[in-house]
Amino acid sequence: MKHVGIINKIIPFSAVDGPGCRTAVFFQGCNFNCQYCHNPETISLCKLCGNCVSHCPTGAIYIKEQKVVYEKEKCVECDACLKACPYNSSPKTTVYTPGKLVETIAVNIPFIRGVTFSGGECTLQREFLEEVIPLLSERGLNVLLDSNGTFSFEQILPILEQIEGVMLDIKAFSLEDHIKVTENENRIVLTNAVELAEREKLKEVRTVIVPELFDTKKTVIQTAELLQNYNKQSEIQYKLIKYRPIGVRKEKAIYSTPDTPYMEELKEIVHSFGFKKVTIT
Amino acid sequence: MKRNFMKEISMERVNEARNEILETIKNHQLTHEQKVSKMAVLADSLMEVLEYPEGLKELMSNDPEEKVICDLGEGHAPVRPRYIIPDYQAFLEHGSEFLGLTPPRDIWEATNALLIFYKHVPSVTNYPVYVGNLGELLEPFVKDEEEAKKAIRLFLIHMDRTILDSFCHANIGPTETKAGRIILELEQELEQAVPNLTLKYDKDITPDSFAELAAKTALKSAKPSFANHQMFKNELGDDYVIASCYNGLKLGGGSYTLCRMLLGNLAKKAHNKKEFFEDVLPQALEIMALYMDERIRFIVEESGFFESNFLAKEGFIKRERFTAMYGIVGLADCVNNLLEKENIEGRFGHSKLADDLGVEIIQAIDSFVKNHNNPYCEITGGHFLLHAQVGIDSDVDSTPGCRIPIGEEPENFAEHLLHCGKFHPYFPSGIGDIFPIEVTVEKNPAYLIDVVKGAFEKGVRYLSFYSSNSDVVRITGYLVKRSEMEKLKNGENVLLDTTKLGLDSVKNSHVLERKVR
Repeated sequence: MKHVGIINKIIPFSAVDGPGCRTAVFFQGCNFNCQYCHNPETISLCKLCGNCVSHCPTGAIYIKEQKVVYEKEKCVECDACLKACPYNSSPKTTVYTPGKLVETIAVNIPFIRGVTFSGGECTLQREFLEEVIPLLSERGLNVLLDSNGTFSFEQILPILEQIEGVMLDIKAFSLEDHIKVTENENRIVLTNAVELAEREKLKEVRTVIVPELFDTKKTVIQTAELLQNYNKQSEIQYKLIKYRPIGVRKEKAIYSTPDTPYMEELKEIVHSFGFKKVTIT
Repeated sequence: MKRNFMKEISMERVNEARNEILETIKNHQLTHEQKVSKMAVLADSLMEVLEYPEGLKELMSNDPEEKVICDLGEGHAPVRPRYIIPDYQAFLEHGSEFLGLTPPRDIWEATNALLIFYKHVPSVTNYPVYVGNLGELLEPFVKDEEEAKKAIRLFLIHMDRTILDSFCHANIGPTETKAGRIILELEQELEQAVPNLTLKYDKDITPDSFAELAAKTALKSAKPSFANHQMFKNELGDDYVIASCYNGLKLGGGSYTLCRMLLGNLAKKAHNKKEFFEDVLPQALEIMALYMDERIRFIVEESGFFESNFLAKEGFIKRERFTAMYGIVGLADCVNNLLEKENIEGRFGHSKLADDLGVEIIQAIDSFVKNHNNPYCEITGGHFLLHAQVGIDSDVDSTPGCRIPIGEEPENFAEHLLHCGKFHPYFPSGIGDIFPIEVTVEKNPAYLIDVVKGAFEKGVRYLSFYSSNSDVVRITGYLVKRSEMEKLKNGENVLLDTTKLGLDSVKNSHVLERKVR
C-alpha cells in the first residue's frame, strides 16, 4: 500500500543538516514537546479547527470539503497563521506520495550528495520513509535521519540498512532532566544511541545547551562517556547547539543564550573523551 | 606591410584633452600612480592611426544607452597586447638577462625574483594580469614549511600593496601542493583584494580536503574562484591559465585585445527578432571583428612590441601564442528586449522560450567567430575566442555576460546553476557567475564543493563565491574591499584603482544585492 508523507517544509540546498550539500525534508508531527522547540509549528498535525483561516491577510488559507487548503502562490510568508494556531501546527503542510517527493528532490541532482529527513520527528512516518528511501538510493542519494531517538529499533532496522546513518538528539541525559525538557522519558533514546553506535550508524549527536533549564554539563559528560568507545571504531560528531530564542514560543522564550566561554568549555570536555569532531553552532 | 599615417584632429579635441589632463593633475581623490596612468590614456586619446571599418563610429557612441561596440579603454594606438601571460616557470629556470637575474635557489630568492619580474609585465592596466600558478611555481622551494609561510606571507602582502589593481590573477591547482595550501591559509588571514585567485578544479585530481580548504578561504576572502579544469583543458590544452577577471588564455601568450558588444543596446536597433538575426547582428559582428583585426595588425606589424620587449626577446612570451577575445555583454537585456518587441511573455532566466532565444543568439555569435579568420591567432585555429564580458562601471542597464540580472535570480539555486550551464560552454576565454553564500556554510565547506562538482558536471565553467558578511567582495569579476569603498566614498585616497570601479558598480549595478545562496 502506498503511504503518504505530511511535510512541513523542504529546503532544497541545506548546509546545516549533515555533511555537504543536502536537501532537507521536515516532516510534520513530533512526540516530544521540547520547551525550547525552535519550530513549534511542526509539533502537531492539523486538527482542522480553522482558527488560522480568518488570520490570513491574503486569503491563502480556506476550508474546503473539511480540509484546510493552503495556496502557496497567495502566501506572503507573514506567519500569522502559525501564530494563530492554538495546537502548535501549521496549515502550510503538503501531502506527498513517495513518487512526488522523490521528483521534487531530484531537481537538485547533481548538486546535492544526499537527503536529510528531519522534522518534527521523521520516524513517526516510518512507513512512508520505507517507501521513499529505496527510490532515493536508486538515484544515488544517501540518506540521513535527524531523529529524537524514540523509534522502536526493531522497526527501524530495515531502513537503517539502506541509509548512511542517524543524527540523534540527546536532549538531556538524566530521566528527570529529560522530562523537564521534553515532557517525555528517554530510556529508549539512550538505548537506541548505543544500538546505532554499535552498528556504526550514529553519525552525530547533538544537544541544545540551555543552562537554565537542565544540567547541561552533566548531560554532555554522560553522553560523551556513553559513546566514547564507539567513537573510536567509527567517528561520531558531537554538535553543541547554543540555545537561541529565535522561533521559540513566546511564553517559553525565557532562557538566556549561553556565552561563548561556556560553550568552549563544553567543547573541551567532549574533546577530552576522544571526540575529534566537536562543533558549536 | 601596411603603414597608416597619423590623421589630423581638431584643436577643440586637443583642448578638451588638455582640460581633462589639468583636472586629473588637480584631483584630490587619485593617487599619483592613478594620475599618471589616466594622463597617459588622455594623451593616447589624441592618436588617430588606426583604420576604422565602415560603420564603426556610429556603433562606438559615447552614450551608454546607445553604445554597441567598445574597446574597453585599450587606446587609439595600442602600445602592447591587452593581456600578457609570461611563462614564469621559464624565468625561474633560466633567470633573465635583461633583468640581470640568475635562477633563484630558495623561497626568498624565488619570491623576490617574481616580485621584480611583475614590475616589468605590461597590460592594459599597466599591472600584470597574471602572476603565475603559484602553487606549482613555488612548490620546489617549499622546504621548511614555516619559513616558506613567512616568505609567502611577505610576498602576498608586497603584491597587494604594489600591484594596485585587482585584475591581477594567480592560479593554484588542480593538484594539491604545499605552496597552494600555504597560500590558501594565508589568504584567509590577510583578506586582501590582490591577487585575484583561481583554483583549477578537477574532481579526479584535486583532493576534497584541498578543495574544501579553498572553499573555506573563499568564504573568508572571496577567493579563490573555481575553474572547470576539464573543460578548459579540453579546449585550450594543459597549458591554459586564468588571468584578469576569469579569462582562459595560453601560457606564454595572451590576448592582443578585448572588444565587446553590448547586446542590449544592439537589440534596440532592431524592430523584431527577424531583423535582429538577419541584419542588425551580422553587421555589428562583422564590424567589431574588422576593428579587432585592425588593432591586432597595429600591435603586431607596427607597434614593435614583439621585437623590442624583453619578454618576447627572452622567450617568456611568444607572438604565436597570442589570440584575441571577442566579448559580449548584456545577453539578458537583449533577450528581454526582443521578446517585448515580439509581444512574447517571459524573461531571461525564467522561461524556456527566453533561454532558448539566448542560446540561439550565442550560437549565432559563436558560429560567426568560428568562421572569422585572423592571421595572427594561429594558436586558436586562426579564430578569436568568445568572452562573456562583465560590464564596466559606466554601463547603464547592462547585465554582465550571460548572467541573470541581479534581483531576478531564480528562487531555486539548482535552476540558477543549470541556467549557467547552458551558456558557459561557449566561452573558452572566460565567463563566470558569482554567488554570495549564507554564513552558515563556513562550518560546512563541503557544501560548496558539492555545488561545484554538480555545476561542472552540468557544463558550468567558472564559479565564484563570497560570504554574505565578508569585507572582500567580488564586484563583477574583480575583488574590492567594502571598507575601502567606504573610505573612497568619504573622499579619502585609496591604494587600488579598482576600488573606484567597484564603488561605481555598486551604485549602478546593485552588486551588493545579489541573492544569497
